[in-house]
Amino acid sequence: MKKLSKLYVSLVLLFLYVPIFVMIVFSFNTTKSRSVLSGFTLEWYAKLFENELILKSLGNTIIIAVCASIISTLLGTLAAIGISRMGKFGKATVLGINNIPIINPEIVTGVSLMLLFVFFKARMSMEFGFTTLLIAHITFDVPYVVLNVMPKFRQMTPHIYEAAQDLGCGPFKSFIKVVLPEIMPGIISGFLMAFTFSLDDFVISYFTSGPTSQTLPITIYSMTRRKVSPEINALSTIIFVVVVIVLVVKNIMERRSLNVKKYADDDSAEIIE
Amino acid sequence: MENVISLNDIVVSFDGETVLNNINLDIKDKEFVTLLGPSGCGKTTTLRIIGGFIQPDSGEVIFENKNITKLPPYRRNVNTVFQKYALFPHLNVFENVAFGLRVRKLPEKEINKAVAEMLELVNLKGFEERNVQNLSGGQQQRVAIARALVNKPKVLLLDEPLGALDLKLRKEMQTELKRIQQSLEITFIYVTHDQEEALTMSDTVVVMKDGSIQQIGRPVDIYNEPQNAFVADFIGESNIIDGIMLKDRLVAICGHEFECVDSGFDEKQPVDVVIRPEDITLTANADEKIHGVVRSVTFKGVHYEMVVDSSDFSWLVHSTKAPEVGSEVGILFGPDDIHIMNKMKG
Repeated sequence: MKKLSKLYVSLVLLFLYVPIFVMIVFSFNTTKSRSVLSGFTLEWYAKLFENELILKSLGNTIIIAVCASIISTLLGTLAAIGISRMGKFGKATVLGINNIPIINPEIVTGVSLMLLFVFFKARMSMEFGFTTLLIAHITFDVPYVVLNVMPKFRQMTPHIYEAAQDLGCGPFKSFIKVVLPEIMPGIISGFLMAFTFSLDDFVISYFTSGPTSQTLPITIYSMTRRKVSPEINALSTIIFVVVVIVLVVKNIMERRSLNVKKYADDDSAEIIE
Repeated sequence: MENVISLNDIVVSFDGETVLNNINLDIKDKEFVTLLGPSGCGKTTTLRIIGGFIQPDSGEVIFENKNITKLPPYRRNVNTVFQKYALFPHLNVFENVAFGLRVRKLPEKEINKAVAEMLELVNLKGFEERNVQNLSGGQQQRVAIARALVNKPKVLLLDEPLGALDLKLRKEMQTELKRIQQSLEITFIYVTHDQEEALTMSDTVVVMKDGSIQQIGRPVDIYNEPQNAFVADFIGESNIIDGIMLKDRLVAICGHEFECVDSGFDEKQPVDVVIRPEDITLTANADEKIHGVVRSVTFKGVHYEMVVDSSDFSWLVHSTKAPEVGSEVGILFGPDDIHIMNKMKG
């Protein structure tokens, strides 16, 4: 039974990672063939960095991802603060609404945002471009930030906000000095999540970007429609590596804050005994 | 002695439910006052009103002759030790204690000196750099006390501070708190549901129930002269028997007449009669006015706890000597042991 389950897990992992592995291998292939390996080269990586279209959309992607994740981290954190102070019913309702954009198919979000922007375009001479793309990204990023920050309020040491006030801090100062450090891990993981989602979003960006603000996924998509160049393999490899690094960093940070919490819990368990 | 805090006609309700019903309380300077009562009696709410975390619906809070009812917590010269310590987990022991002083922007030198003094007072010298999350419950407790006291408050509020500690540690901390209170000469207002804790530490005990004060007095008076059956029952164990006052100094219990020391009741007035378990003597003579059969004997360490069934009441008796279970015994108590109380309303 144990062997069987191990086999099953390996199959699943194989299924998930073989395509990526193949892509990485072929990004170093000397010919354009997608079936025959003929030698090792970094030519495609070099070419990639000479391709202005790709570099420009890479720039766009990063600018959008940075702006969208910073703004949505701010908005999402403020929202989480408000929600954590709500009553039971209000909290459940708002969190339910918060979850809808996450479950909602991206295509629906994408099309509906496009329609909204078209509506405003007709009335206020608004062009599809950086602004529309940014608004769209913030829209789908905020719920993830809220979801990451909310649990931190629940795990927070009780009464520390009041304790800070008791020791002479006004409400705002109390928040900055004692609440913010407590929810920081949630804010950071929310930020990283928003950043990665922005980085690789295709569907929503496809509907909401303009000709001047194409992001990397859209550029790759249009490149594959003409001919699949191994440059794309190289590019995808780089993106994959970056995402893996971000995820590993995030996990290590979460593990660390969890460990600290765990020690504290063990301790209090002893006391109760 | 002057009153440091007075609560006048405080009324608080949450969601239409009255939590505090007309609380009037004067607390003297340098006094150790305990608010005692079962959970939900409003003792913590009273404390939070003094701390400024709850605004009363009506009534006023007077602090050194000034009305501070509307003053926010950070402008009050009181500090709180919270129920679960509420230490700041991202700061070490030193920074936790120094928090209030840093907020007041005191010079570094003064902060170092004050924190060192405080840690010495609570026996935590050498723990400055420790992470508060890795301390034991008792140590966290001490940090919380030091953090509050370093601000030299006029009044220290303590909300069930020993609730999470084990029995032995709790006893130690009780003595310790009393020592700290006496050496610093500040007012302590202490909330607990543990009657023994209240009797051990306090100068004054305030017994509360359902948002009202039942009795205020010295521990000895509260124990020996409870004002009603609730106080008698809550402070130590009691036999509470229905009785009828026949005339001054004569009461009928279980169909028999007993001399007592209370007077001033109406003739034939139904009353609660309270007799402490340790005031009852059991005799081998089963011909006494009240007699019964020993139903159970439990060894409690210092004494035995016995239940004796008479014809119309089960008596709780504490004694160092225990008769056999099932034996017939006489139940004896003197006039001084009988406490007569007005029947409680409701």
